[in-house]
Amino acid sequence: MTALRNDLIYLVVFAVAVLAMPIWLAPFGAAYPDLMQKFAIYGIFAIGFNILFGMTGYLSFGHAAFLGVGSYAAVWSFKLLSMNVIPAIALAVLVSGLFAAAIGYISLRRSGIYFSILTLAFAQMSYNLAYSVFTPITNGETGLQLALNDPRVIDRALFADAPGIPRPNLFGIELGGYEAFYLCAVILILCFFVAMRIDRSPFGMMLKAIKSNQTRMAYTGFNTRPYTLSAFIISGIYAGIAGGLLAVTDPLAGAERMQWTASGEVVLMTILGGVGTLVGPVIGAVVIKYFENIFSAFHMAKLEDIFSFLPDGLESFVVSIVSPFVGEGWHLTLGIMFMLIVVFLPGGLMEGARRIRARFGGGRGTGSKAHSSNPAPAE
Amino acid sequence: MDQLILQLLNGLDKGAAYALIALGLTLVFGTLGIVNFAHGALFMIGAFCAVVFSRLLQLETVTIDPARLTPWGSPMEVRTPLVQAWLGDFGAVLVQWSVPLSILFAIPVMLIVGVAMERGLIRYFYKRAHADQILVTFGLAIVLQEIVKANFGANPIPVTAPAALAGSVDVGGWLGLSGVFYPWWRLVYLGFALAVMGLVIAFLRFTTYGMVVRAGMEDRQTVGFLGIDIEKRFTVVFGIAAVVAGIAGAMYTPIVSPNYHIGMDFLVLSFVVVVVGGMGSVSGAVFAGFLLGILQSFASMNEVKNILPGIDQVIIYLVAVVVLLVMPRGLMGRKGVMEN
Amino acid sequence: MLIKKINRRVFLQSSGIVGAGLAMPMILSSAARAQGFCNNPTGSKVVFGFNCPQTGAYAEEGKDQLKAYELAVKHINGEGDGGMLNTFKGTALKGNGILGKKVAYVTGDTQTKSDAARASATRMIERDGAIMISGGSSSGVAVAVQSLCQDMGIIFMSGLTHSNDTTGKDKKKNGFRHFFNAHMSGVAIAPVLGEAYGKERRAYHLTADYTWGWTQEESIKAATEALGWQTVQTVRTPVGAADFSQYITPVLNSGADVLILNHYGNDMVNSLRQAIQFGLRDKQVNGKNFEIVVPLFSELMAQGAGDAIKGIYGTANWDWKLENAGTKAFTKSFGEAYGTPPSQAAQTGYVQALLYADACERAGTFNPEGVVKALEDFEFDGLGNGPTLYRGSDHQCFKPVLVVQGKEKPKDKYDLLQVVKEVPTKTVTYDPSIFGGELGPVGTKC
Repeated sequence: MTALRNDLIYLVVFAVAVLAMPIWLAPFGAAYPDLMQKFAIYGIFAIGFNILFGMTGYLSFGHAAFLGVGSYAAVWSFKLLSMNVIPAIALAVLVSGLFAAAIGYISLRRSGIYFSILTLAFAQMSYNLAYSVFTPITNGETGLQLALNDPRVIDRALFADAPGIPRPNLFGIELGGYEAFYLCAVILILCFFVAMRIDRSPFGMMLKAIKSNQTRMAYTGFNTRPYTLSAFIISGIYAGIAGGLLAVTDPLAGAERMQWTASGEVVLMTILGGVGTLVGPVIGAVVIKYFENIFSAFHMAKLEDIFSFLPDGLESFVVSIVSPFVGEGWHLTLGIMFMLIVVFLPGGLMEGARRIRARFGGGRGTGSKAHSSNPAPAE
Repeated sequence: MDQLILQLLNGLDKGAAYALIALGLTLVFGTLGIVNFAHGALFMIGAFCAVVFSRLLQLETVTIDPARLTPWGSPMEVRTPLVQAWLGDFGAVLVQWSVPLSILFAIPVMLIVGVAMERGLIRYFYKRAHADQILVTFGLAIVLQEIVKANFGANPIPVTAPAALAGSVDVGGWLGLSGVFYPWWRLVYLGFALAVMGLVIAFLRFTTYGMVVRAGMEDRQTVGFLGIDIEKRFTVVFGIAAVVAGIAGAMYTPIVSPNYHIGMDFLVLSFVVVVVGGMGSVSGAVFAGFLLGILQSFASMNEVKNILPGIDQVIIYLVAVVVLLVMPRGLMGRKGVMEN
Repeated sequence: MLIKKINRRVFLQSSGIVGAGLAMPMILSSAARAQGFCNNPTGSKVVFGFNCPQTGAYAEEGKDQLKAYELAVKHINGEGDGGMLNTFKGTALKGNGILGKKVAYVTGDTQTKSDAARASATRMIERDGAIMISGGSSSGVAVAVQSLCQDMGIIFMSGLTHSNDTTGKDKKKNGFRHFFNAHMSGVAIAPVLGEAYGKERRAYHLTADYTWGWTQEESIKAATEALGWQTVQTVRTPVGAADFSQYITPVLNSGADVLILNHYGNDMVNSLRQAIQFGLRDKQVNGKNFEIVVPLFSELMAQGAGDAIKGIYGTANWDWKLENAGTKAFTKSFGEAYGTPPSQAAQTGYVQALLYADACERAGTFNPEGVVKALEDFEFDGLGNGPTLYRGSDHQCFKPVLVVQGKEKPKDKYDLLQVVKEVPTKTVTYDPSIFGGELGPVGTKC
């Protein structure tokens, strides 16, 4: 029973932390709706990715395809049916689930690196075709967007037309910045809860058993495929929800969401935060999106402003030291951070949190025990 | 007919590039067990070796001439090239042939880079999870890219082949056909690639050193028990992989102008080639490189594209899927390598 | 909605404790709704948002553009030598900022990806209170950011975007483009090609397989066919293909005697250099010299292409070697500040920033309603392109288009292109209805 209570505390702490983002992110200059939406959405994406990678050990390198498909589905729902987000998310779930089922069914015939390359190949094919040949469906490079003369059959049947392009809504409540953030936050908490239930369930145990030794599982006469396929589809649906929410917060779906760099990004988020931990992937997502959005926005004049409290000579010295790492150099900072974390905190940021807790004798804390992320060595 | 020959040459040429990159990657990936996302960066560094070398040869002294003005009114700089000034005509020849000569420059540079990478970073990751390897090598790749970007800018840098090899040659003439012309430099690249691949494969197959390395791939522990310092050999393997990637990059510069993310562009492709070839098989990677290159060329022909629009964009991935579904371990993969 | 209300209350309570500083974002956003239009500047400053590619293939153009914006802000605020502000005929700007407010700016990285560009623009609008967004080096990004700005009630002054769609199919009331487009390129270059290469030519197109490439191909094809040229084949190539050999070899024996490369950026650099390595320009077909045409040129890409660019025809929006007062003033202040002449990406950005500032000053407000009205059908001169019209019906600038050619003997690496012809505005003007699209109403609310 204590395990259950710990989980409850864990969930409540997580929920409070997510909902209170506008407060505790403000000192970091990140408390504006768009970025907080991105934190929540990519958090969902990474949690879902971890259900596959963290639990079963199958490393998919094409998960962005499901995100992209979910986005396209949601925007098409806005265009054809209604600006209400419920049908949009539902359609995103349906389409990404089907897509994941098809790709998973084929890719899971192989394991290890062969599986990774199969998923990568499917995602890259989706991306290349979406960018070019499928332009009538995806609007290619520009991305699928809403237009004034979209059919929106349900909306048109029920309401009178307002001027301009309508915004996504939840039964009449227009989703502006903060409203959309809270919608994403609530869905993130739900997704976190579901992931936690999966992790603690017999199904989750089975997945972890597959990760630790698939051959042994097979020798016991156990067919692992239905389990891995279910995990694949669930994590594909998580990606689809994330994609759908991206379209809800910003109704434009671009092909580059499916590119391998996007797939690689979620892999990095998960590893950075801590593979196999529940909250780690969310933290990884927050860190990477933070760097992308905040570090890239500095420029010389702003730096000079920040360091203007220093004496003149020192100021220009500090600015010249800092400037290669921000603005156009934000990639450099990101790369250095990846290396430092993996060198000093094997197991990701959650490992760091665990070490801090261990040092200060907090012991078990909220129960987010970092699972050993080391699969069997390759040799 | 001549179209088919030309496309075959294109395919061989592309395949040579793919195979060269995959060759080094499969050494570290299939044999050392390192998922090296920085391999593309090694290719990129090699390409910039060629850029740096030709710039070294074209170093200039700069003097300010106050008599002449730039359009915005500051005094104009006058530049005199040094190498030509010292060596005269021979200097000019050196400048002309800077790309092939840059291999001599790239080999030691890449060896140092490769060994430094392995000793400084990679060796701590042999026993770590693949996830950690991905993160650290990806981080390293970004850092290397950004360093190059900070020094050379983001634009592609034009690099020219020696004038004698810049034009095209009547390949058809050799075969008794008319009107089949092909650029000299691409033929040179093909020959160069074949030579390098032959050398590496021969090294692994016919020398005792290579034999120990191959044994180490199979079973590192036992080789260790025999009292052989397998770690040192792995450093050498990593160094070779870096050199192969680097000189592949240096020689490729006249074909594709290098910029700082040229390595990233090749990275995904090289992983696909390695895996289609089969994990742990060097000749598999080479074969897969040529196969994918040739198929890509033929898929780009108008006759094919008219039937299947967009096929040229996905052919590589499509072939990868088909091969991996039909042959569980790629074309020539060994059992048990990277299957977990 | 319940959740949101609870949290707002929780938030307000706690913000009392945490301190007013933390409450900024919420207050700002609710204030924005009350003030009539988005990000109405109330203090002594007004914020511009410059959204340029700083990583990826167009990073160099983005960097150049950012320099130009920096310069523009300085000049609007009355610092530096004033640049084109001195030659901008009849401007309302006084060199003391806009409507008495000093201009500040924020920057962001578009990464040449629609998603990243929109995220970056949203940050500038939501967090930094930007009143206007400008910049970019690709049409996909421009169209994506333009529609975002429309929805968020911000003015978008696009940077380097050449697709017909930006002010055609996807035009928006809040979006304005100073740069020219593919249609104008086609109309401008066709007569020059006819004169140089004759009226009986057979053209082969290689086209980057995305929206800009397609509009470029369509426009140049129509213009050359009107001239009497035949189109042998149009082939789509994947973006970022790096090696184009498999698309170039079919050109050799296709019977075509002109190759038109509808590529930009790295694709253009690689396909042009490779086409020349395949000996296309040394060939004789149908008794004529084989020629290559690159409809859209840029100085930075010409640097990347090196010698390959010599003698090749293309079009440009602007060139720093033009002989007019505005160009000279701009080239001088840019060169003094950064040591290189400005690229056309820089010029279009600089001019866009000035035009926006001037429109606000003339309208007497930052309200997009007023600014749009001030910019629509605005005629101006002295900004480097000669007399120019911002057409009200599609928010496209009309001015002379430059036909340029790669120089045979460049003096240095900034002297790669020479202007062959300035095609007058009248020739390149077209009927806005040919591209469809609808401007819609002005967006003002956040």
